[in-house]
Amino acid sequence: MSDNIIEIRNVTKTYGAKDAVKNASLNIKRGEFVTLLGPSGCGKTTTLRMIAGFEMPTSGQIIFDGEDITTLPPHLRRVNTVFQKYALFPHLNVFNNIAFGLKMKLIPNGTKRNRKGEEVQLYRKYTKAEIKAKVDAALKMVDLEDYGHRGVSSLSGGQQQRVAIARAIVNEPEVLLLDEPLGALDLKMRKDMQLELMDMHRRLGITFVYVTHDQEEALTMSDKIVVMRDGVIQQIATPEMVYDEPANAFVADFIGESNILSGVMLEDCKVEFADTVFECVDKGFKRNEPIDVIIRPEDLKIKSAEDPMTILTAKVVSSVFKGDHYQVTLMAGENELIAHDTATYEEGSTVGLYIKPFDLHIMHKSRIINEIDTEMADENVVWISDGKFECNCPFEAGTPVKVQVDFDDVEITDDEEDGIIGATVVSSIYKGSYYQCIVRTDDYYDFFVDTDDDWLKGDRVGIRIAPEKIIVERREVADEGAPAETPAAVPDQTLDESERAAANAADAPENTDTASEKADDATGEVEK
Amino acid sequence: MTSAAATLQKPKRRFKLTKRVFSYPYVLFMLLFVVIPLVMILVNAFLDADNNLTLSNFADFFTDKSSLIILANSLLVGVITTAICLIIGYPLAYILSKMPSGRVLVLFYVLPMWVNFLIRTLATKAIFIAIDVPLGMGTVIFGMVYNYLPFMILPLHTTLSSIDRSYIEAAQDLGADSSTVFLKTVLPLSVSGIISGITMVFIPTISTFAISQLLSNGKIFLFGDSIQMKFEQGLYGVGSIMSLVMLAFVLISNFIINRASRKSGLSIGRSLW
Repeated sequence: MSDNIIEIRNVTKTYGAKDAVKNASLNIKRGEFVTLLGPSGCGKTTTLRMIAGFEMPTSGQIIFDGEDITTLPPHLRRVNTVFQKYALFPHLNVFNNIAFGLKMKLIPNGTKRNRKGEEVQLYRKYTKAEIKAKVDAALKMVDLEDYGHRGVSSLSGGQQQRVAIARAIVNEPEVLLLDEPLGALDLKMRKDMQLELMDMHRRLGITFVYVTHDQEEALTMSDKIVVMRDGVIQQIATPEMVYDEPANAFVADFIGESNILSGVMLEDCKVEFADTVFECVDKGFKRNEPIDVIIRPEDLKIKSAEDPMTILTAKVVSSVFKGDHYQVTLMAGENELIAHDTATYEEGSTVGLYIKPFDLHIMHKSRIINEIDTEMADENVVWISDGKFECNCPFEAGTPVKVQVDFDDVEITDDEEDGIIGATVVSSIYKGSYYQCIVRTDDYYDFFVDTDDDWLKGDRVGIRIAPEKIIVERREVADEGAPAETPAAVPDQTLDESERAAANAADAPENTDTASEKADDATGEVEK
Repeated sequence: MTSAAATLQKPKRRFKLTKRVFSYPYVLFMLLFVVIPLVMILVNAFLDADNNLTLSNFADFFTDKSSLIILANSLLVGVITTAICLIIGYPLAYILSKMPSGRVLVLFYVLPMWVNFLIRTLATKAIFIAIDVPLGMGTVIFGMVYNYLPFMILPLHTTLSSIDRSYIEAAQDLGADSSTVFLKTVLPLSVSGIISGITMVFIPTISTFAISQLLSNGKIFLFGDSIQMKFEQGLYGVGSIMSLVMLAFVLISNFIINRASRKSGLSIGRSLW
């Protein structure tokens, strides 16, 4: 444990009714380059700000070098931050910006005995000459030797970025926090700075915690990537692991391009999707378990249709030149697949496809049916979230029930008014022949919905379910004396499986759910 | 060739509703109410009672000791008022800028400005008399501060509340406790607000009239009052000279203030000037 410089333990941060970070646990080793990666609003910046001390966790602990720093104010923490928009002081020149922290710092200066004979640590400030030497060294480190006297507003974006880095590292922090530091730079500059930051990380030997939404940046620079979504840690793993063995469909979709298809695991090392049986290397699934298959476009090999290795034939829909490869869109039966190939193929031609067993990544479905614990509102009417849904079920009002609805059977309506309840589209992932959307009701139940249309993330929609599609079962309430569950209590119990698993990952490393072993430092491969 | 060019050009000559057209009413207004009066003052300054060209007005003013004492007094009152406004206004504006409802609360401080300043001053005077406070320098300065405090608070509040939180966080991150954060970031970053506050208080106070007369029962006579009196007495020449002296002081203080603001690091935050 002692080689962890930072331990985040079950940290939750709530703003009003919204959880920005939900029960996140994360260990950062000394000297590591850790990247928090996720789309905007996923809680990565909030997590960083809690480490820096600008935000207090609503619950949970942050341990720094064995010490609980959860409530320590930022100026007493041994971390420094490179801010997203640099936040260089406009009233100071480059030299004074960098010297800002040094001028306040107290350094040990021997000890003396006080009147009681106790030893007292003495402190002093840096001398002018020491400050100058340190600032000059920092300027040299970021290649801005002659810029000390310049005003910060006269510098270009890249130069300001370097000053911001120099201002942070000159204080010799044990951890450097970087909040999307390259976001404002152009592509070329960003690539250069990535390399420089990696080089700096190696030379300084300190811990870097880096926040970005750019998956390529994360894959390039990090020792460890923490993928976040909606405040929940999805996967903690090395860049290779995150890319090759994504914990779930979200990670696969977010990191790089991928084909995500629904399939069935027939038996160990045998999977069926796109109406074809494939060999794979995954074991330990239930027989005929519905699963998601992920295939990276570069792993999809295009052969001629007659080639003996061909497993599946497909029609070429389009072939687009992308610089170092062609992006070939293929139609295999109902399923759309994307492949990267060095050659181009004629539109409309039939080709054969081959995938190495090792390149098929198989994941448990995070959910196979929408399941909600609720109660009857009336005979033939059931509560789902805040709405009364008609169903074919004669239980009397107030009976605790379990409701199941297939992904196919949830109907999304464009107009919120057309649905029985309103909801917000949280995500939409293409699965070859259909989109799997997650729509969140106002009381935070996530419906998984399979639709033909791509719904825009963040849109308000209505939810409708045909009465005959709602499967209602009487639910045994464990505690006889307990009052019947109210609809308001529903979301807690029906938290998405994978989210709950990921959130509990640190507590329950023995949990065999897909997401959890990833959180346990990236090495477990339970599916295999 | 030339005729062809001429015909091509012709349509351009027609009246077009460009942006510039919208400025004409303002230009006219400026001419009528700013430029012409200024010119008239300038002309008056060089005319004697019989409209002859003369420089005697200058001599009259600069040799009259009492006028110069009044000028010095006015500057002193201006400096004291500005200092008090700054001392009261800065902490207030700072606290208000930190409060989520600050914007509304600022309105309460500005609210008295909606009442005519003569009425306010007369009311203040009535209160002073009622509670037996002797009218004099103290009451004059009180009246000045009371009248001009909002002009200090407004620009300060605007500047302070527009300081990016990230500067404060950056200072904290680099090891500054809350008092250092204030001294090393908030204060320097609000210099532009301080400067516009000073400008907006100092310049009106040195030229104000009526407040001093009313709140000192006519005992304290400031420059604005004496200009008013000169014109009342029909001494247009001397009055004009005094107006020009006033104008010169306004320009000089503006110049000094601008210099100071440029030196302090230019356009930090927003300011009203």
